[in-house]
Amino acid sequence: MSAAEIATGLLILVSAFLSMAAGIGIVRFPDVLTRLHAATKPQVLGLASVLVAIVVQVPTWGVLTTVVLVMTFQLLTQPMTAHMLGRAAYRSDHVRRDLLIEDDLDHDIAEHDQTGR
Amino acid sequence: MTFLGVVAVLAGLMFGIGAIAAVYHIIRGPSILDRALATDVLLAIAICSLGAEMAINRHTDTLVVMLVLAMFAVVGSISIARFMARQDVS
Repeated sequence: MSAAEIATGLLILVSAFLSMAAGIGIVRFPDVLTRLHAATKPQVLGLASVLVAIVVQVPTWGVLTTVVLVMTFQLLTQPMTAHMLGRAAYRSDHVRRDLLIEDDLDHDIAEHDQTGR
Repeated sequence: MTFLGVVAVLAGLMFGIGAIAAVYHIIRGPSILDRALATDVLLAIAICSLGAEMAINRHTDTLVVMLVLAMFAVVGSISIARFMARQDVS
């Protein structure tokens, strides 16, 4: 049992725990926006830790470049998904407005309606 | 049993709990957006468990599968969110 094996095991456990937290979070939370919060953050950090574990186990340049590509694509596409889902949820009234503390977008829409279009 | 064997069992258990919760939410979810989000989470868990399997068994055979999934996983959720009309509730 070497240091590389211990590091790999800990990183894999972090990723697995975050995946479990994402699954439990989307079942427990009340509306689409809070579920977005639970779902998107563990995807990025869990994937990052598992990719570092792969590089630790198989340290070659080919693996490193492919891993960087995977992480780059995930970081580019995951915020787009979250943004589009959140926008569609707001526009189609899937947001629990009684749970919001402050609704800035509502203020902006009202102000835009007043000042003419 | 080696250290990585114990890690494999624990990680498999936690990935399984996450995946079952995501599938449950795909079945039960009140709106189509919830279902798209849960499908996204299920796909991310699949990507993470592919990577964990590669790191435990010290090979890189399915690294290309991870790359393709990371590139094209976005299409489904974005098209559902983009073309959803106001009356599509379920």
